[in-house]
Amino acid sequence: MSREGWINAALYAGLLAVPLWAWLADEPFTITLATRVAILALAGVGLNIALGLGGLVSLGHAAFFGIGGYEMGILASHAQSYSPLMETPFLIEGTKSMPIIWLVAVLASGLAALVIGALSLRTSGVYFIMITLAFGQMFYFFAISWPAYGGEDGLSIYVRNGFPGLNTLDPIQFFAICFVLLSAALWLSARLAASEFGLALGAARQAPRRAETVGLSPYRLRLLAFVISGAITGLAGALFADLNRFVSPTMFSWQLSGELIVFIILGGVGRLFGPVAGAALFITLEHFLGGLSEFWHIYLGLLLLLVVLFARGGIIGLLAGRRVAHD
Amino acid sequence: MTPVLFIEQVLNGLQSGVMLFLMAAGLTLVFGVMGLINLAHGSLYMVGAFTAAAVAGATGSFALALMAALAAAAAAGAIVELVVIRRLYDRDHLDQVLATFALILIFSEGTRYIFGSFPLFLDIPDYLSGPVTLPGGIQYPLYRLTIIGIGLTIAAGLFWLISYTRLGIRIRAGEADREMIAALGVDISKLYTIVFALGAALAGLAGALVGAIQSVQVGMGEPVLILAFVVIVIGGIGSIKGALVGAVLVGLTDTLGGLFLPALFALFMDNSAAQTTGSALASMLIYILMAVVLVWRPQGLYGARPA
Amino acid sequence: MRLTSLIAGACMAALGGGALAEEGKVKVGMITTLSGGGAGLGIDVRDGFVLAAKMAGNDDLEIVIEDDQRKPDIAVKLADKMIQSEKVDVLTGIIFSNLAMAVIPAATAQGKFYLSPNAGPSALAGKGCHPNYFNVAWQNDNLHEAAGAYANDAGFANSFILAPNYPAGQDALTGYKRIYEGELAGEMFTQLGQTDYAAEIAQIRASGADSVFFFLPGGMGISFLKQYADSGVNLPVVGPAFSFDQGILQAVGEAAMGVKNTSQWNKDLDNPANKVFVDAFQAEYGRLPSLYASQGYDTANLLLSAMAKADISDAEAFRAALKEADFASTRGDFAFASNNHPIQDIYVREVIKEGDVYTNKIIGVALEDHSDAYVADCKM
Repeated sequence: MSREGWINAALYAGLLAVPLWAWLADEPFTITLATRVAILALAGVGLNIALGLGGLVSLGHAAFFGIGGYEMGILASHAQSYSPLMETPFLIEGTKSMPIIWLVAVLASGLAALVIGALSLRTSGVYFIMITLAFGQMFYFFAISWPAYGGEDGLSIYVRNGFPGLNTLDPIQFFAICFVLLSAALWLSARLAASEFGLALGAARQAPRRAETVGLSPYRLRLLAFVISGAITGLAGALFADLNRFVSPTMFSWQLSGELIVFIILGGVGRLFGPVAGAALFITLEHFLGGLSEFWHIYLGLLLLLVVLFARGGIIGLLAGRRVAHD
Repeated sequence: MTPVLFIEQVLNGLQSGVMLFLMAAGLTLVFGVMGLINLAHGSLYMVGAFTAAAVAGATGSFALALMAALAAAAAAGAIVELVVIRRLYDRDHLDQVLATFALILIFSEGTRYIFGSFPLFLDIPDYLSGPVTLPGGIQYPLYRLTIIGIGLTIAAGLFWLISYTRLGIRIRAGEADREMIAALGVDISKLYTIVFALGAALAGLAGALVGAIQSVQVGMGEPVLILAFVVIVIGGIGSIKGALVGAVLVGLTDTLGGLFLPALFALFMDNSAAQTTGSALASMLIYILMAVVLVWRPQGLYGARPA
Repeated sequence: MRLTSLIAGACMAALGGGALAEEGKVKVGMITTLSGGGAGLGIDVRDGFVLAAKMAGNDDLEIVIEDDQRKPDIAVKLADKMIQSEKVDVLTGIIFSNLAMAVIPAATAQGKFYLSPNAGPSALAGKGCHPNYFNVAWQNDNLHEAAGAYANDAGFANSFILAPNYPAGQDALTGYKRIYEGELAGEMFTQLGQTDYAAEIAQIRASGADSVFFFLPGGMGISFLKQYADSGVNLPVVGPAFSFDQGILQAVGEAAMGVKNTSQWNKDLDNPANKVFVDAFQAEYGRLPSLYASQGYDTANLLLSAMAKADISDAEAFRAALKEADFASTRGDFAFASNNHPIQDIYVREVIKEGDVYTNKIIGVALEDHSDAYVADCKM
């Protein structure tokens, strides 16, 4: 196993060991924190497919995160009040079942990614960054001012959604669900990177002209990557809403899109476990620095700056040494 | 809506467009010349407003406050360029986004650390306050007219600077071919610092001018920043002319959309529902405008076709 | 300090020997906004609360304070932390309604007490009320209703009303219209966080209104008032206290002079508890207290009064003790309605200048012993 492989294994084991320890030591809040890391890492793994594999710097991934969250909130709130979501042309009822909610979250955010991606991918570079930001802002303002589902107040779901055979209100069981989904996404992401599709995508990123001459369509490759990426981030949004039992328009905010990018860069761009390392570090810092000083954002800012300027491979890059591969 | 009211609203749209132009001009210059995407531009706007409020509070002179704002923002810009930004020119956009995102955090909380959590006071000077009557009986605040005047003067000044001065020639050369200008023996790093400080000064001036009629508070730069990005993307990144056209377009769309959409919905909805729906849609309008422009012309209205 | 010992003495007397206090430790988790936009409000609530606790000198009260950054998901995370890890008995501190909606239902469902020092969303006053949730500030509509009452008294017959397009803004306009009896010259929703109101002011000028009601909290209100003052539209303005409070009034400056606003508290309210509070707050922090500080202070005193009567481990008794509201409120008479929201007088204030400092003075009562519109919906 390579050095990065060892680091990944250690991270993976650590993310599993910390909540297990907390479970034994009866520290439920530590489990909640670890769950937060797992969910945000999942969102980051989603974004990393577009950003790391496809080279698509999306500053609007909060849109998908929010769509997943709101999809969960809307379905669960209708189930909570026993009012159907829609009666004509056919009946759609709310639900509190996680598997169904996940499926709908993946479909809804994937569909949104298809539309947003199809339009945005006509542009590239800074234009792409900005148009994705614009789409994110559109959703944000829409969510704030649309009164049906709470507007800026958001939606509270009083009881966490259910998963057959598990008690999801038990922190460790909910963590287990999130951890399994994160593992699945990591596996998928690794498979994608090694697949023909992943290689073609890499080719389209590094040498779009050459990719075109050998018969690849960079537009289609990128669109597919963007859709997969959005769908995974949407799934994370649904889980995040379930963790908080609450959704609000801040899930759509551009700062959140920025934070997702921060996870990836902190961890290391294009590294499989980059988002995991980044999310873990970010949450840890937020937890400890936030307790130390009201002005902890200054320290966070300084740290980010140092990472960007001097540790370009992120934490994993720092630990594993510079890679010879891409860029 | 009466014609008088309509003209007044168009003036309002123009005024907000002109302020956006001051922000957007710096962003687009920096991007055009250095290829850098700077999210922290809004922080320089905030620096301008806070400096103006502090100086006006201490001296009582608005003119002095404006000059101080210009100087402080330019200085902050130059320092940031020397310490951080110049390390980012040969990086990809991702690194630039992140580093300047980090700068926002540092600037915002740093300002709060220095000035506290409450908004500061900055007011219009007496000689510019109150409304004037324009031809046609339109009552319009003198200060807003002044802002339009200052903005248009600066726009004209920028066009002159770019077209006719030595600095302008270098800037245009830098936009066209970065390696070439270095090869010609122009001190490129000095040029970059100057361009960055110029952009910062414009943002600081905008912050100070707007601070007098708005709330001077931490985080005030971020909404404007996003609007300014919309402007330069619509106008075409790197184009000053595009920034001007885009800014006015966004200013008018934003102002008039907020008025006409609810009225439009009121034709077939009850008034309260039309108000909420109309203003919900109005808040999305400029982003829809941007998406439409980009789908139609991916390089923006006046942008160069991507190579 | 003389006043402090006075209060502490009063508290000891209320304790009736202090035997209960020995076992009656109470841990309070305060989640409030201390950084970013809106930090000023959270800081005032915190300072008022801490001041009351300090003056009481009650060692049984332990306070944990955390910053929610005005982000709902952070507030939820902190609530989890307070409940799961700090094992607090009581939560308090949240400023903004959207954060309150994210935290309160879950906290009360887990058997914790929640004392709201600021937000009072209508959902939690009506159908969603809870025996463990006490609001020590106001139901969100209250101050707007009072503005409507003032408008009637002042003879306004054609108001132009505006608020941001979000739930609290929609509630504000509803609250005003609930009491206001005149016509509406116009009704407008602005964007949340909007900074330029030129377009709205032009509409007001053209509408033929005789008065303006607005709810624009924080920086939005500062921007609106400055631009309104400069526009030459000279219609009388009324609004809730939020845009005229001590923290931001200095930033509005001259533009706010003479504006009428509605509030359940002001620093010149003539009652002993308020005098003690205003003096002690200035001595401790060197600035004038705000509405929010008074709410934080009252919240702490409510909690202390309940601690003196019952042990928190007996939730039933503690709930009853809270409900009695047996504390000296800075706003004079204070009682809880059946939905645990205040019954109180709401005053009309006017912005004045004292020396160099802008502040408010009370000029009348808008609503007496006012409760809220949702009491009947609350079944508990």
